[in-house]
Amino acid sequence: MAKTIIEKIWEQHIVFEEPGKPDLLYIDLHLLHEVTSPQAFEGLRLNGRKVRRPDLCFATMDHNVPTRNRSVIKDPISRKQIKTLQENCDEFGVPLAGINHPDQGIVHVIGPELGLTQPGKTIVCGDSHTSTHGAFGALAFGIGTSEVEHVLSTQTLWQSKPKTMEIRIDGELGFGVSAKDVILAIISKYGVDMGTGHIIEYTGEAIRNLSMEERMTICNMSIEAGARAGLVSPDETTVEYLRGRRNVPEGDAFEQEAERWLALATDEGASYDVSHTIHADDISPFVTWGTNPSMGSGIAEHVPTAADYDKQEDRDALRQALAYMQLEEGAPLSSIAIQHVFIGSCTNARLSDLRAASEIVKGRTVHPSVTAIVVPGSETVKRAAEAEGLDRVFLQAGFEWRETGCSMCLAMNEDAVPAGERCASTSNRNFEGRQGAGSMTHLVSPVMAAAAAIEGHLTDVRNYMKEPVPSA
Amino acid sequence: MKPINEISSVLTPLDRKNVDTDQIISKEFLKRIERTGFGKYLFYHWRFHSDGTPNQDFVLNDPRFQSSEILVAQENFGCGSSREHAPWAILDYGFRVVISPSYADIFYNNCVKNGILPIRLEEAEVAALLEKGKQAPYRLDVDLKHQTVTAEDGASYSFDIDPYWKEMLLNGWDEIALTIQYDSYIQAYEEKTQQAQ
Repeated sequence: MAKTIIEKIWEQHIVFEEPGKPDLLYIDLHLLHEVTSPQAFEGLRLNGRKVRRPDLCFATMDHNVPTRNRSVIKDPISRKQIKTLQENCDEFGVPLAGINHPDQGIVHVIGPELGLTQPGKTIVCGDSHTSTHGAFGALAFGIGTSEVEHVLSTQTLWQSKPKTMEIRIDGELGFGVSAKDVILAIISKYGVDMGTGHIIEYTGEAIRNLSMEERMTICNMSIEAGARAGLVSPDETTVEYLRGRRNVPEGDAFEQEAERWLALATDEGASYDVSHTIHADDISPFVTWGTNPSMGSGIAEHVPTAADYDKQEDRDALRQALAYMQLEEGAPLSSIAIQHVFIGSCTNARLSDLRAASEIVKGRTVHPSVTAIVVPGSETVKRAAEAEGLDRVFLQAGFEWRETGCSMCLAMNEDAVPAGERCASTSNRNFEGRQGAGSMTHLVSPVMAAAAAIEGHLTDVRNYMKEPVPSA
Repeated sequence: MKPINEISSVLTPLDRKNVDTDQIISKEFLKRIERTGFGKYLFYHWRFHSDGTPNQDFVLNDPRFQSSEILVAQENFGCGSSREHAPWAILDYGFRVVISPSYADIFYNNCVKNGILPIRLEEAEVAALLEKGKQAPYRLDVDLKHQTVTAEDGASYSFDIDPYWKEMLLNGWDEIALTIQYDSYIQAYEEKTQQAQ
């Protein structure tokens, strides 16, 4: 029978199954960071338990780390959390890329970089954006701290089999349209709970044509659609990305693995519980105007009005969102002035994101009323960007070039947007107070963020780009 | 975790949808390395003005709901971040039951692993509870064993729950201790897959 990749991976990982019970699933890779792990390690200690497979764990520090001066963590509680992870990894033998390690970075950036993320694996992390790793055709999902402790102790999780959902993007993405616009358009169309109880597979011509880094951007925000996980079937793009990376086999062994990976792809004729199709032509550069990721529109549009909604609860949600965002119904999106630009996060801080943004910034100057920062997703990304001179492009334009980490995406370190100020941000969440108490977030792609930095307000980046002339 | 079966309390009506875990527990409170003590930070930026004074318009500051153990909200409760600090804060504040038409998946799992009962009722049923709960304190009797919610005026609702989670909640079991009993299966799986590689 034709199967989806979701069913194939699930079946390969069942340790124990019994009617009336969730399945006991084996976990191939467990990523850890400093915020959601301390209570899990403490639980192991209190019960005299050990880490079953430290070799299948990998830890880093990303949420709390400073992006300016690495030698001083001013906040004593942050400092303690970082020290605690170091001590826990030492005690339990878990590999760690600590704050000064050359591999340090945002956990969802370094997993793929190091070749730890591979097709067909089950991957968990105490972080909802673990869905990022689905770009490789892995089954990757976020878990809570109790589940972190459970995986540390048993290398398994009890999981009820989610339903499957296909989101197909037909056609070719238009000029100036990036992966971020695709996922924002999907969530805006179907809502923040469209994927609840489901694993999404992204398919179609537009997805096939994306690079691995672009696929990661889309899978990353599957959680913003409410999905348990999101993935893309592996193909040659996947194989070529992984070839030569540190934790993948070499030579013939790699070719054999590649064959196994490609065979995981969803079979022709396999069916999903739910299917949606969007045409790429219907997607334009996107911005959010509200307080959840579904509250967004194409940059040429306006903030909605109450009359646009049929249900009272939706009109209430609009009013609540606009009251927080200090926006008027019907205001043109391109008129919204911003004071901050953040290019970073597990959604959009990889080398290709920085390259794309730098193309817009090159030779231009950040608007005097804007503070703009670039926070590369990992030390590896930072080194590669500096080798290409991207840091100089950003610095010359007036951006700050920082150390790596989650930074202003959730503002757990000192990088916060002040109350009452607005940020065009390449991150993934525009919830109230996400980037700092009272801050207002507009989610955009890296190129849209770059253009906003220059203009001082949200703007259509296509005005900054040269449309490719079709070859004769 | 603490077992849960019968809870009788007035409900707290939180009449919003898509309440995300950033609102339930804001990031500045995630730096603690303990599981306890998060209750005072629950819904912090809705409960308190920026100068630290209580926001009297917010439902948790309504004196009528101070001893409430049942939180009722619109759909997609607990969306966003996987932070288990959210259910820790809910529990530490004093809630044992949440009622909503739907929950984000990770949040739901995090609740049942901490002895919080997340009940799913129909949208219209939740709307009715919110309406009555906002008018006057409205008492509910929740019975996990029989999977029912009975209101003081006789209105009665039944709910579904996975039998596995129901047993865990009723008994307050330690899930890891249970899973360790399957160790021979885990070992067999590891041997099989290592051979396959």
